Amino acid sequence: MNLNAHRTMQLYGALLLLPAALLLTAFAYLPTVTTVINSLFLPGFRGEPAAFVGLDNYRVLMDDPTFWKVARNNLLYALGTVPTSMALALGMALLVNARLPGRGLVRMAYFTPTILPMIAAANIWMFFYAPQIGLFNKLLGALGFAGVNWLGDPGVALGSVIVMSVWKEAGFFMIFYLAALQAIPPELKEAADLEGTSRRSFFWRVTFPLLMPTTLFVLINALINAVRVVDHLFILTKGGPNNATNLLLYYVYENAFSFFDRTMAATITVVILLVLAVVATLKFTILDRRTHYQ
Amino acid sequence: MSTSSFPVSPRRTLALPRLETLAAWLLAVIWIFPLLYAVWAAIHPPAYMVRFDLLAPLTLDNFTNAWAQAPFARDYLNTFALVTGVVLAQFVVCTLAAFAFARFPIPGKNLLFMLVLIQLFVFPEVLIVENYRIASELGLINTITGIGLPYVASAFGIFLLRQTFKTIPRELEDAARIEGCGWLEILWKVYVPLAKPTYLAYGLVSISHHWNNFLWPLVVTNSVESRPLTVGLGVFSAPETGVNWATVSAATLLSIAPLLVAFLLFQRQFVQSFLRAGIR
Repeated sequence: MNLNAHRTMQLYGALLLLPAALLLTAFAYLPTVTTVINSLFLPGFRGEPAAFVGLDNYRVLMDDPTFWKVARNNLLYALGTVPTSMALALGMALLVNARLPGRGLVRMAYFTPTILPMIAAANIWMFFYAPQIGLFNKLLGALGFAGVNWLGDPGVALGSVIVMSVWKEAGFFMIFYLAALQAIPPELKEAADLEGTSRRSFFWRVTFPLLMPTTLFVLINALINAVRVVDHLFILTKGGPNNATNLLLYYVYENAFSFFDRTMAATITVVILLVLAVVATLKFTILDRRTHYQ
Repeated sequence: MSTSSFPVSPRRTLALPRLETLAAWLLAVIWIFPLLYAVWAAIHPPAYMVRFDLLAPLTLDNFTNAWAQAPFARDYLNTFALVTGVVLAQFVVCTLAAFAFARFPIPGKNLLFMLVLIQLFVFPEVLIVENYRIASELGLINTITGIGLPYVASAFGIFLLRQTFKTIPRELEDAARIEGCGWLEILWKVYVPLAKPTYLAYGLVSISHHWNNFLWPLVVTNSVESRPLTVGLGVFSAPETGVNWATVSAATLLSIAPLLVAFLLFQRQFVQSFLRAGIR
């Protein structure tokens, strides 16, 4: 009787899980597996079966200078966006956590870019970056400087894309820092004041270490976004000029839907999945272990 | 919050020096400037794009032009349908799964839960190529269902709801059972009502995510019938279409307006929701 009830519970639980399990299988597990499989095959011509080629597609990818350029871009993009937006987020949180006239407005100004679609944000920044009529060049012109081709100059374009991404993301990370700052007991500050600790050393010795779990959490999210979000490229640069701003996921999109090379697309996707696996490992090992001390 | 026992502290320790107040405000102005600039460009004639004249004539022409030149009405409808459908479906599917994870003795439960969490990193848009193939095999290309379905079983939603359900005392469940409630009734009458704040938080985050989502909707739709606002806006404002900038500005504002207004009205709830949803 009791065993039967247990069985019934198990069955019931499995049924509750079923819809989610089916959907996750269809749109997460199965596509992951088939992506890996596709990266090991070459499609057959004229209805012939696909041929297993082992790691050949990866060899082709490794010999593709464009891939290396795109991978390097993505690394630079991550290095450009992640630390900058995190530092800005922390700075913003410190500013709006203190007594400040018009604090609500300031906080709203910082946070608002977060809720815009990336496409809309890119449209708005297009007004700044456009070569002739863009605001930045108009301002430079008014000051007597030559204009910069913000999105057309291969040496500048990636930087322009990075600046826009930082603007879009910093406010989002700010709220996590702000919540963490508000959780720090005020007694610590009072004690430090009695001791005559300087603000600088209070920040580095007390605040910053206490914020460490938040910093790691934000870091993980920022890293994921550096791989996952490429919407703005569709408006700003389309990966150009000459792939100077192309990022991995955008390159997958191009391979699949512009060059119709599904095999290459699958192979690059596996590279992205590997990067995400590293980030996931980082989260499940370091973050989940370190966050407990508070 | 200010439970300080020292009469000296709050004002002096928390007041920012002048310089930092200035920095905070300067940064705020820089941060909000792009949006204000878009508003400026949208409500003035194109000639005033880069001429800041306080007496510049105001106009709504840019909005009417944008509305007339692209099927925004249809895009709006699609986005509303998409967001409503996704959020409702997520609520149902994630609630059932979270309930199972929180309360049922499923063999290998921890392993299964780890498997679910993988989706926090492997999103539908990373797998666009294969998901496109699967969507087309299911006949979902060019449908709103096709845009939304890959997001319905959300690891994030399952995780959040499971955490909430686990904090609900079993006594409440037992009481309901004594009254003769079955499992689904217990879920509906005990767990769901007590998890309302979680639903609100998750719902707001999900609404803004799907209102703003672009890459997967772009891939899976190829006609006006099903494409959402972001894709419509992307097509409309692509630089090569040569649409007048003031019009693009107006179109951009049109497509973000509902979410932006909702955010300005319910700022606190939005920020709280993002926070709640973020702290995992």
